[in-house]
Amino acid sequence: MKDNILEVNGLTKIFGENSVLRGIDFSISKGEIVSVIGSSGSGKSTFLRCINLLANPDGGKIMFHGKNIQDADFDLSKYRSKVTMVFQSFNLFKNLNVLDNCKIPQEVVLGTKPEEAEKIAMEYLSKVGMDAYINARPKQISGGQQQRVAIARALCMNPEVLLFDEPTSALDPETIGDVLDVIQKLAKSGMTMIIVTHEMAFARDVSDRIVFMHDGIIWEEGTPDQIFNHPERPETRDFLSRFTKNRYED
Amino acid sequence: MFKDALFLLTEYKEYFIKGTMNTLLFSFSGTAIGIIIGLCTGIIRTAPESKNKVIFVLQKIVNAIIYCYVELFRGTPMMVQSMVIYWGYAFATGGKTLDLTLSAIMIIAINTGAYMTEIVRGGIISVDKGQFEAASAIGMNHTQTMTKIIIPQVLRNILPSTSNELLNNIKDSSVLNVIGATELFFNGGLIGRKKYMIFQSYLVVCIIYLIITLIVTNILRKFEKILEGNEDFLIVPSQTISQVKNDER
Ligand SMILES: Nc1ncnc2c1ncn2[C@@H]1O[C@H](COP(=O)(O)OP(=O)(O)OP(=O)(O)O)[C@@H](O)[C@H]1O
Ligand SMILES: [Mg+2]
Repeated sequence: MKDNILEVNGLTKIFGENSVLRGIDFSISKGEIVSVIGSSGSGKSTFLRCINLLANPDGGKIMFHGKNIQDADFDLSKYRSKVTMVFQSFNLFKNLNVLDNCKIPQEVVLGTKPEEAEKIAMEYLSKVGMDAYINARPKQISGGQQQRVAIARALCMNPEVLLFDEPTSALDPETIGDVLDVIQKLAKSGMTMIIVTHEMAFARDVSDRIVFMHDGIIWEEGTPDQIFNHPERPETRDFLSRFTKNRYED
Repeated sequence: MFKDALFLLTEYKEYFIKGTMNTLLFSFSGTAIGIIIGLCTGIIRTAPESKNKVIFVLQKIVNAIIYCYVELFRGTPMMVQSMVIYWGYAFATGGKTLDLTLSAIMIIAINTGAYMTEIVRGGIISVDKGQFEAASAIGMNHTQTMTKIIIPQVLRNILPSTSNELLNNIKDSSVLNVIGATELFFNGGLIGRKKYMIFQSYLVVCIIYLIITLIVTNILRKFEKILEGNEDFLIVPSQTISQVKNDER
């Protein structure tokens, strides 16, 4: 039996009249890399946001190492530093330079000493190839560079799981590769990751498991080979064929 | 005409200097305290609703009080507020009056606080939602997010409006003459009436106001430039990116 870091049972989320998540059952074990695919509006972002509790689930349970993250005495702050998120729009802190973006959260959330925090920040910034830019402000560097800093910022928290919500969707084609390379490197180093993406070739390469979301539930899941080469359900086939034809159609 | 003005200026130098000093004292300290009031109330008004029932009710009450405060002081002239506060205190205490300097600063502070509340609130609301989300997603709580991430951005964004408040206060502190605060306008009038040179005296006053506001405007503009920061940043040489163009500095 595998040791699950995260376990999601019957997760539901309703926005007004709109049932966006309709009972998600999901789990991920240490070192596993899961890519979530599905058409626009199928609830992929909402699913990630519920895991990080940026959105409050309306039903179901999310367990982290067997503890319910919605319990009153659960240390949410620590959890969020352990299961942290990288956004489509990077969201680097605009008032801080690259180094402080990686340094301040460690000091504030983890209580790391400034010198130690700086050492850790430099370590991860060089891992993503951004250590030359520590003095730059977010608006002074390109989207791809910002996203790499955002990944370094997340890594500085020493996370157990990284959540990626379409990390390359807001990027110019030339810089997408740099960011995907960084994620690939993380995959090799054994980081546990849930990646929402429209980069099918990348998902196939990097993932241990593909989750296809449709209409607020996990419609089909399996190995990349199963999902991309032998999808069982018509909706999955439909999505993939539409996608390979023209990714902007859906 | 200018000869008269010059005569007044040299003859009653102390009055004009004292008046100018008081105008600066009232407007600068009043604005400073007003900014602090506005920061506090603005932050309280934008705080997320607490899950704790008691705190939630408290929040509602405090927010209602802040709402009334803002509307009351934005909806009435500062000249009237001065009279009501100054004479209201005298009325309530049976004839005791407040120290004039203290009253003057307080009136400007309370008035500015009301405007700053809305300016700060608008500044917080207009910060990109992604900034809050990124901070939450990484484990920062609301207080940490506000102090380290949001407020620094808000302060920078509201600087033009804040400067405007200061400039307005320099000019509008003249209404404090109604309670007898010895600011520039009050002293100017005093001298004018004494020498029967009303116009000439107010001409001096007018020019002093103009000089002050011009200087302050320029200093604030320089300050805004500095806060905007450098266009360039220094690339730190490293093993990983040694091929980066160094001529960019
Ligand atoms: N805060 C919100 N309030 C109301 N409705 C929302 C909110 N967030 C998301 N939704 C709705 O929930 C549905 C799912 O949204 P979600 O962003 O999870 O989809 P997605 O699969 O990530 O799509 P995309 O590929 O476009 O990012 C959509 O219909 C959206 O309109
Ligand atoms: Mg999405």
